[in-house]
Amino acid sequence: MSIQLDNVSKTYYLKGRTVEALKPTSLSVQTGEIYGLIGYSGAGKSTLLRLINLLEQPSSGTVTVGDDNLTEMSAKDLRIRRQKIGMIFQQFNLIESKTVYENIEFVLKASKYDKKDVPARIEELLNLVGLNDKSNISASNLSGGQKQRVGIARALANNPDILLCDEATSALDPDTTKSILNLLKSINKSLGLTIVIITHEMEVIKEIADRVGVMSAGEIVESGETYELFSHPKAEITKDFVQEIYNFEVPEQITESSENQIITIQFLSENAEENYLNQLYRDFDLDISILNGRIEYIKDQPLGFLMFQVSGETEEISRLKTHIDETNGIERVGYIG
Amino acid sequence: MDNFSQLWPLLYRALLETALMVSISIFFAVLIGLPLGILLYITQHPLLFKIKPLNATLGWIVNIIRSFPFIILIVAIMPFATWLVNASHGPVFASVALSIAAVPLFARLVESSFNGVKDGVIEASIAGGAPIYLIVTDVLLPEAKKSITQAITLTIISIIAFSATAGVVGGGGVGDLAIRYGYYRYDTLTMIITVIVLVIIVQIVQWAGDFISNRGEEK
Repeated sequence: MSIQLDNVSKTYYLKGRTVEALKPTSLSVQTGEIYGLIGYSGAGKSTLLRLINLLEQPSSGTVTVGDDNLTEMSAKDLRIRRQKIGMIFQQFNLIESKTVYENIEFVLKASKYDKKDVPARIEELLNLVGLNDKSNISASNLSGGQKQRVGIARALANNPDILLCDEATSALDPDTTKSILNLLKSINKSLGLTIVIITHEMEVIKEIADRVGVMSAGEIVESGETYELFSHPKAEITKDFVQEIYNFEVPEQITESSENQIITIQFLSENAEENYLNQLYRDFDLDISILNGRIEYIKDQPLGFLMFQVSGETEEISRLKTHIDETNGIERVGYIG
Repeated sequence: MDNFSQLWPLLYRALLETALMVSISIFFAVLIGLPLGILLYITQHPLLFKIKPLNATLGWIVNIIRSFPFIILIVAIMPFATWLVNASHGPVFASVALSIAAVPLFARLVESSFNGVKDGVIEASIAGGAPIYLIVTDVLLPEAKKSITQAITLTIISIIAFSATAGVVGGGGVGDLAIRYGYYRYDTLTMIITVIVLVIIVQIVQWAGDFISNRGEEK
């Protein structure tokens, strides 16, 4: 199911001061898509996410999910509609005093799910998230990853069309993060679920998002296909985020001159795994030493980065640069390093 | 009083009176104070049932009752209590004032127990489309159970302390015995024994309360 936000904004009034948490923003998410929103804390991404299920009321604008304009719904209709919009949280937000089973049962009670079908439905959900043996364990005795799995099972209990993820992996270690992201990917595929995920970690976006919006100071400053955003970031903050992943730094002792330059190139898609360096060694009369390099897989598409130092005659270096610029699928990047 | 055998019938009667007053009062404190506490909480919570004027009115009433010195409260509500229980003295009569004092105390304790429930759990329940009554019964009450058990313990002990004053309307009870015999008549033996009895009662109540509230946690 698609999500359409039209000119939504959120302004708080705090002791006579107005705080613009979200500037007028429009966003559309397609059915079955995984949309990522990335930004530092305070960028307004959490506010934007909470506008989708109206946990926060927008100061202006409309929120449409599928064919329903949520902003015009009565309180009761909105409550029923929310049962079809799942949500998971950074702190999991389970009822700690209850068992895994009772936590899922809670949302089924909320939707007046046919009582005799409840046990079977809960078993099905626990199988889906891989916790079938934990049914009667108290939620407070689970690990973070297990809690998030219960959170996902609870969010999916009423067969939602949409899943909202509020920093769902930020409280988890890297391995658990991977496994939760894989679970999200697989339910996105198997259930055709539309997912909106907010995060401050580029790793999460890289792993899962089809499209990304980069948020800063209450607005989306840049958006697009994930691969495109990674390979050609435009806004400064996007470059910061991409750089975070590569974490390339020029060694301090290296000083650049016209005969001694540092070049960073990126290899797009199919070129990323080719051995391009050999060709450079062969065709150019230059000393080439590699400083850093790596291939990242963005949604399983390779994107390679290579940083090297070239020394030799200035003309030869320019010839190399021209050669790089003329080769398809390979680009020089200016912002790294 | 020179020895314990003379004191015993008085003490026995006082214990029964205290038990009666505490039972009646804690019953009504929970019966009325719990819903009142729930109402105080949900009417101020932006995600639940925020109605500022209602919350302010309830809070105002609760604060007024809680500001009354207990002895003045007893006197102030005398006509009402007389009408209600059709008597003008005795432990049942005193229980009216004790209940009225205990209800707002317990309501505030319940409210603050709910404040200890993480907001995120409520947010998740709202996001899951749960109606408010279900959030109260299945989220707030279970999550605050330990803290509410402690609130009941605290309220019982407060009622025991209040009940000492209930002597002015012939309420009786152990505290009253301590004041009338021990204090006014300079009867040291009675005073010491009644105070010891009170200490023991309070210890037992506290111990039982802690036991019950901890038991739930080890599940």
